[in-house]
Amino acid sequence: MQTDTRPVLHATGISKFFPGVIALDDVELALYPGEVHALLGENGAGKSTLIKCLTGAYGRDGGTITLDGQEIDPRDPLSSQEAGIGTVYQEVNLLPNLSVAENLFLGRQPRRFGMIDQRRMVRDARGILSEYGLEVDPARLLSSYSIAVQQIVAIARAVELSGKVLILDEPTASLDRDEVQLMFSVIRRLTARGLAVVFITHFLDQVQEICDRATILRNGRVVGTLKLAEASRTDIVTMMLGRQLEEVTRHPDRGVPGEVLLSLRGFGRRGAIEPFDMDLREGEVVGLAGLLGSGRSETCNAVFGADPADRGEARLRGAPLGLSNPRAAIRQRFALCPEDRKTDGIVGELSVRENIILSLQARQGWFRPLPRARIEAIAEHYVKALDIRLASLDTPIRLLSGGNQQKALLARWLATDPALLILDEPTRGIDVGAHAEIIALIERLRADGMALLVASSEMEELVAYSTRIVVLRDRRQVGELAGGEISPAAIVRAIAAEEGAAKEEVLA
Amino acid sequence: MILTTLRRVAPQLIILALVLLLNFAMFPGFFRVEMHNGRLFGNLIDVLNRGAPVALLSVGMTLVIATRGIDLSVGAVMAIAGAVAASVVTGGSDWVVAVLAALGAGALCGLWNGVLVAVLRIQPIVATLVLMVAGRGIAQLLTHGAILTFNDPGLVRLGGGTILHVPTPIWIWIVLAVVVGLVVRRTALGLLIEATGINERSARLAGINARVLLIAVYLVTGLCAALAGIVVAGDIRGADANNAGLWMELDAILAVVIGGNSLLGGRFSITASLIGALIIQSVNSAILLSGMPVEFNLVIKALIIIAILVIQSPRVNHALYLLRASSGAFSPGASRGASTPRNTAPRSAASRTDHTTEEGRP
Amino acid sequence: MRHSTKLPLYITIATFLLAYALCIAEYPSMLSTRVVANLLTDNAFLGITAVGMTFVILSGGIDLSVGSVIAFTGVFLAVVLRDTHIHPLAAFVIVLLITTLFGAAMGLIIHYLEMPPFIVTLAGMFLMRGLAYVLSTDSVPIDHEFYGWLQSLYWKAPGGGRFRITGLLMVLTFAGAMLVLHRTRFGRNVYAIGGSAQTAQLMGVPCARTTVLIYAVSGGLAGLAGIVFSLYTSAGYSLAAVGTELDAIAAVVIGGTLLTGGSGFVAGTFFGIMIMGLIQTYIVFDGTLSSWWTKIVIGVLLFTFIMLQKGLAWVTTGRIPRASASAARS
Repeated sequence: MQTDTRPVLHATGISKFFPGVIALDDVELALYPGEVHALLGENGAGKSTLIKCLTGAYGRDGGTITLDGQEIDPRDPLSSQEAGIGTVYQEVNLLPNLSVAENLFLGRQPRRFGMIDQRRMVRDARGILSEYGLEVDPARLLSSYSIAVQQIVAIARAVELSGKVLILDEPTASLDRDEVQLMFSVIRRLTARGLAVVFITHFLDQVQEICDRATILRNGRVVGTLKLAEASRTDIVTMMLGRQLEEVTRHPDRGVPGEVLLSLRGFGRRGAIEPFDMDLREGEVVGLAGLLGSGRSETCNAVFGADPADRGEARLRGAPLGLSNPRAAIRQRFALCPEDRKTDGIVGELSVRENIILSLQARQGWFRPLPRARIEAIAEHYVKALDIRLASLDTPIRLLSGGNQQKALLARWLATDPALLILDEPTRGIDVGAHAEIIALIERLRADGMALLVASSEMEELVAYSTRIVVLRDRRQVGELAGGEISPAAIVRAIAAEEGAAKEEVLA
Repeated sequence: MILTTLRRVAPQLIILALVLLLNFAMFPGFFRVEMHNGRLFGNLIDVLNRGAPVALLSVGMTLVIATRGIDLSVGAVMAIAGAVAASVVTGGSDWVVAVLAALGAGALCGLWNGVLVAVLRIQPIVATLVLMVAGRGIAQLLTHGAILTFNDPGLVRLGGGTILHVPTPIWIWIVLAVVVGLVVRRTALGLLIEATGINERSARLAGINARVLLIAVYLVTGLCAALAGIVVAGDIRGADANNAGLWMELDAILAVVIGGNSLLGGRFSITASLIGALIIQSVNSAILLSGMPVEFNLVIKALIIIAILVIQSPRVNHALYLLRASSGAFSPGASRGASTPRNTAPRSAASRTDHTTEEGRP
Repeated sequence: MRHSTKLPLYITIATFLLAYALCIAEYPSMLSTRVVANLLTDNAFLGITAVGMTFVILSGGIDLSVGSVIAFTGVFLAVVLRDTHIHPLAAFVIVLLITTLFGAAMGLIIHYLEMPPFIVTLAGMFLMRGLAYVLSTDSVPIDHEFYGWLQSLYWKAPGGGRFRITGLLMVLTFAGAMLVLHRTRFGRNVYAIGGSAQTAQLMGVPCARTTVLIYAVSGGLAGLAGIVFSLYTSAGYSLAAVGTELDAIAAVVIGGTLLTGGSGFVAGTFFGIMIMGLIQTYIVFDGTLSSWWTKIVIGVLLFTFIMLQKGLAWVTTGRIPRASASAARS
């Protein structure tokens, strides 16, 4: 095909400076019709900045963008959209308070006699959505549908408006496995129509499943563009990191778990997690495996009292215990690093120092402030111990990278000297270097005799550090793996196993 | 500690100094303070004295705004407190009882607001609107629509008397500010309030008892408003349910905003708010001293406020900052890894949500 | 989250009907065209103001300046008609232009300087009240034959009710606003910005233009309300209409619009106004109740409706269909 030789979108020499930082340095990106093109890089590599330059959300400081051979100069997301570049973000950028049809047609509603033709709008919306395999009522509010549906509505809108290039910025981050497949089928339909799709994600297996080529960024520069069919995962990771990723392997020495710290019986919360039994011992890591929505986070939140359990009982070293709110849990030296750092973890405007001592101070109470020297000592200790990279302890934590934020949150909880540390997706959205460090830290804490409960969607990671793995499906515990049984394949089997057919012991 | 406070309030101090100088230029005797009958007199004293109600309100308002809230009801609470004090004292009770009753009423109002915001999770502006609308009606109910006058010397002294030659209201607001300031900064309260204001979910999960904290903050604001109501009632020797504290919530919010505190919550400075209150009062004084017809008061006040707000607007600040940054030397590649100047960039509504994690990495 | 957005509207309407029925039960004479006509006439200026306020609140903003704008308009008209020979209609056009531009200017500041609407319109409130003082501190009577003619225009319904032109103007304003909010792109953009300004911007909503227009509409309608108010009182007074902004906000909230923006109906505002008018009428009929009861009752109503919204939100969030993927696959 002739079109294959000419890129539909060609950006060359793209540069972007922020005061004191070069975000993009002479970046080139070429997209061909009908391809899915992955944009890869660690956090801070410049992926988002590049997207924002392409869509005009940021004004670029240099470089040219051609679309269909014509030079374009997007000033804002609107003009790039009109030119043919549509974008869909992880957090759905639609309006939940408007109907599905209005979200599709906002700004270009069909009109009759100057007034919006509601009936035609709904009819057209139904027609468009059915092309994506979506049968929903377009007259209903967008907020009455799931994130996956909303995401596809967002894609439909972007394609309707633009129709040449579709940029998907982490579209699968909050979808479960079925929903991801639905998303992929939509993407395949679009590429069959000749669209060029840019796909940004942290999930390398998804990249290998759906993408044709990948452009890899590091420190604001393009490290290379490659055909994925000819590249191995090691190649990609090496390019992303500039160094070999240490293979995360399962350490043979699991140690011997100590006393039972926390024992839960019939513990559960209506609509969140079915009642379950669980024993957490000192010096062991209990992994929680399952798909998104299987009850992993819900288990963590129930144990910590963030979304307190409404049934069952908890015993701490044999003594009955109420876990009705986070403060009650913290009093018993529980700690939770939540899944969503930005909304549930960091206090963005406060300094790293204040973020680190926040929980310790909260536990001490309002009227017993930590002495200044002690605060300084604690903060400095953990910055060094966890290798948190920052300009100064006074830096607002929101300016740190995802990995460093996560480490600072870990520091916050380690400062409270927890007996039980609950980690919900401790490595989500952080770069590979910090990833390895956090896994090593989990290992170290376990060896020191702490009890850990870790929920993660990354099987390899769970395999690497878990003493036991509890498998969840549909908000229920469906199995447990221990010792030699633990392997990614075994976890997948347990998750996929039909009820009753699972050979693992059923706990629930 | 003192140095950082000074740096924080420097812009407000400069504005205050400018406004005071303006006063001085128009009326050379502005800074003169004289003693008559055991009481200090002078324009400066007037500014401090007349500014007392707004200063009192701004102490509580600063805390509420730091929690990302707002309290529209303080003016109405002033009216209620004044009405309570007046009706207790005219009922024959001692002025101490009247003051305690008024403070109790203020605390009750604060508690109501606090419960609406913290327990029933109603947006603060809506929650406090209820009492703003109904409160004045309640005050009128207490005074039966009339101005309830009294002559109790104790109560009058709070509004119009002196202690050590200095008008009592000045003592009251300074003592309140010092006490609240000390409590907030010498304990962990300040940090916990800021954390709650910036990200309540995170604060809760970090173990902060945000609910009780919020209620306490609204309660303190109610107390501050009650004090202001007592001072105003003492000053005019009566409770005027219609006019006491009318629109004063707006002045108090303005004082907090002029003090550079973000309406989006978080970092706060009570000192800066107090300076903001004094700026407002000095502007009033300047307009009076200028000899301009009183009709122009509001117009000029509005224009000055707009000017101050525009100067402090995040957008304008950011533009100025960029101007400075672009004139300074920074070449591509040179400053990588240096501490990010973004740290010092002013915080704006937009920068909260912007994805700074990607580019702002040191 | 907000599935049944229309429910609050229905509840407001039901409340009005129920309250009216109760009033009639106690004072059967309240069921007359006279009461209905007065309800429309007496609340015309407030109703028109509340329409503008609905636009602003739907977009997630607030406009504290409207009361001052009404006072300014009244004084301006009175002074112009006293000191010049301009025809009232021309004066109407001029004052509407001024107030619309004033609103637009506030919108510009809010959008481009990223300052909170609360503070900007607060400054606007001081400014307009101040300008009214500058024009005249006294109440200036308006005595113009055109005013007399306008005031003499009414339709006398059977039963003695006089439906005046101002009441008609209010009803037309509501009808026009409904059409604009629900059937034009500008109207939908108001909801969009109220849902999320950031998202709306990304979806191509012209936020600058819409924000400026919203505050221009509010300013212009406050100006129109000022004209109506001056027809109502035959005078311009700089201390008039103090606190109207509060009444307007209360009517909007009682009408079922979320103060956070993005959800609500201008029709609800109409019934909000009518409920508030009904309370005043009831107090007049009763004769023994003092005027402060109005404030207290409106406060209680506000609280009730806020709690109702809260309750609805609770009920509906509890039932978010998590049947996501199945809905997608089906």
